[in-house]
Amino acid sequence: MTAWPPELEGRAQALAGRYPERRSAVGPLLYLAMKHDGGLTAAGVRRVAELTGLTPAQVQGVASFYTMYQEAPGRYLISVCTSISCHLLGGEAVLAAVEEETGVAGGETDGERLFTVEHVECLGACGGAPALQVNYETVEGVTPEAAQRLCRRLREQRPAVIRSDALQEEFGGRPAFDWGPGEAAGAVAPVPAFEPYGTAEAGP
Amino acid sequence: MTAGILFARMEAHRADSHTLERYLATGGYDALRRALAEMTPDQVTAEVKASNLRGRGGAGFPCGVKWGFLAAATPRYLVVNADESEPGTFKDRQLLERDPHQLVEGAAIAAYALGVHQAFVYVRGEYARPARRLQRAVEEAYAAGFLGRGIAGSGFDLDLTVHLGAGAYICGEETALLNSLEGRRGEPRIRPPFPAVAGLYGRPTIVNNVETISNLPWIITHGGTAYDAIGPEGSRGTRLFSLSGHVRRPGNYEVVMGLTWRDLIFGEHLGGGMRAGRGLKAWIPGGASAPWLVPEHLDEPVTIDDAARLGTMLGSGAVIVMDETTDVVAAALSIVRFFAHESCGQCTPCREGTTWMQRVLERILRGAGRPADLDLLLDISDNISPGLRWPPAQTTICPLGPSATAPIVSIMRHFRPEVEARVTRGGAGG
Repeated sequence: MTAWPPELEGRAQALAGRYPERRSAVGPLLYLAMKHDGGLTAAGVRRVAELTGLTPAQVQGVASFYTMYQEAPGRYLISVCTSISCHLLGGEAVLAAVEEETGVAGGETDGERLFTVEHVECLGACGGAPALQVNYETVEGVTPEAAQRLCRRLREQRPAVIRSDALQEEFGGRPAFDWGPGEAAGAVAPVPAFEPYGTAEAGP
Repeated sequence: MTAGILFARMEAHRADSHTLERYLATGGYDALRRALAEMTPDQVTAEVKASNLRGRGGAGFPCGVKWGFLAAATPRYLVVNADESEPGTFKDRQLLERDPHQLVEGAAIAAYALGVHQAFVYVRGEYARPARRLQRAVEEAYAAGFLGRGIAGSGFDLDLTVHLGAGAYICGEETALLNSLEGRRGEPRIRPPFPAVAGLYGRPTIVNNVETISNLPWIITHGGTAYDAIGPEGSRGTRLFSLSGHVRRPGNYEVVMGLTWRDLIFGEHLGGGMRAGRGLKAWIPGGASAPWLVPEHLDEPVTIDDAARLGTMLGSGAVIVMDETTDVVAAALSIVRFFAHESCGQCTPCREGTTWMQRVLERILRGAGRPADLDLLLDISDNISPGLRWPPAQTTICPLGPSATAPIVSIMRHFRPEVEARVTRGGAGG
């Protein structure tokens, strides 16, 4: 047994119970494990395996298929889109600017695990190209210069929470569409800021 | 030109179109109430069939016909495909962020029609903000009795779970999505059996796109016949197009199909024409998987069937516009690299072919291309999609591999001299 703290354990059990078969919860549970451990660890994989009735090898086999279960991401995961719409409007220049400012080549992480920089495929922000995400919080219409300012801000202020709405207001340009009102939620780790089981009574 | 079915609420109520309060104040959940109180499940399905609504995820299959294939066994499931990942596409994101209750109500209506008591919305992992908005709507709907036990005072029960993916384009393919939702690697399954017979956990399952499902409240409120009266035959209803690239007004637009490509790209209230007064070189009419169109096609009607006649598709509704300064080899490489990155690796022609096409394009771009590379690219493409015809044949389990041939075939068909110039300039090295 490699139990998690009681609060996390309770959420994990509720999550696994939402599905007709517990193994469906592997993906969401891997996010919980990553948030707890700061990345995907062997201990996290073992706990997810125990919770879903799989072997650690099976869980690892699932995790390795996807790009978002990263083992040792930096505190700020900067994902720059270079798919076709962003490519047409300068996505590669944004990526190069981020690499230059952080000193981290695409696909790599710096020594103190502050930044991971990656080029990613389409983020669904094509009308606001070029786009990037910090810990899966989107910024649209970024210039190379704004992307570098953003990296400097992260390095200097080390914000605990990354919020799409705040990033867009300060570093973004024309968005893909009118986002409507802003929201306060944001990411506290290089894991999507999403709680899939907000109300316990909502479960079956 | 813009016609309000899907975007009407968010356009009229910018500040709160995503809230339950606004949704209810604008007639929300009336369609679900009415379906539960006054209609049998078969009557709901009959309205959807009468609407001639075709799927908005890419394949354009008639929604009601798909529902008709659902096998009788129980339990059965509904899965809403919100794994929007086709390059150029961002319409479902807007529906999720700005009008999530429309989707929740549509899912509940579909579930009632299909005899489903457990439904899932599979949202791509990178859509954290849209998923949060949807989750809040789901919680509001539970609290208000539009999800859960005895919905809206009826005897109908439905649980809806928002499930976040983890960064794999292939999971937008419905059988890969089902594997992913089962906690497996997102590898497509061999069909048949189709999901309607053996889907999630081998049970009968309907998979519908976000936009498709979001149309259902309107169809139930106004009737299938009213929906069928909008737009040309074969392309009924409104349709969301995601415009991106070198247009002056990128964005999502809800239009009645049947307008021309010129209307869509150059219309004052739509694409607004080309940036910086430049000329149009080509556009991709339906996401990165679609073969390209060129200015001679500008006056063709934008319908599902006319696109097919031109050897391409409306696909996911993503229109990616390229101006005269575009390097078509670099653009093709961007798309091929996407497919090489996203190939799940099961099938050799796709796994190896996409990688080799990427390498050949890269060497042409760095000036080391060989004259034979043009035919080599077509030969690799033919190995993945024999005959390079439309709709594409495939040597693979799913259409991802054949999709990767679209940019190759397109630049060879429309811009071969430009590609040839690149290899002769580069010499015979590499």
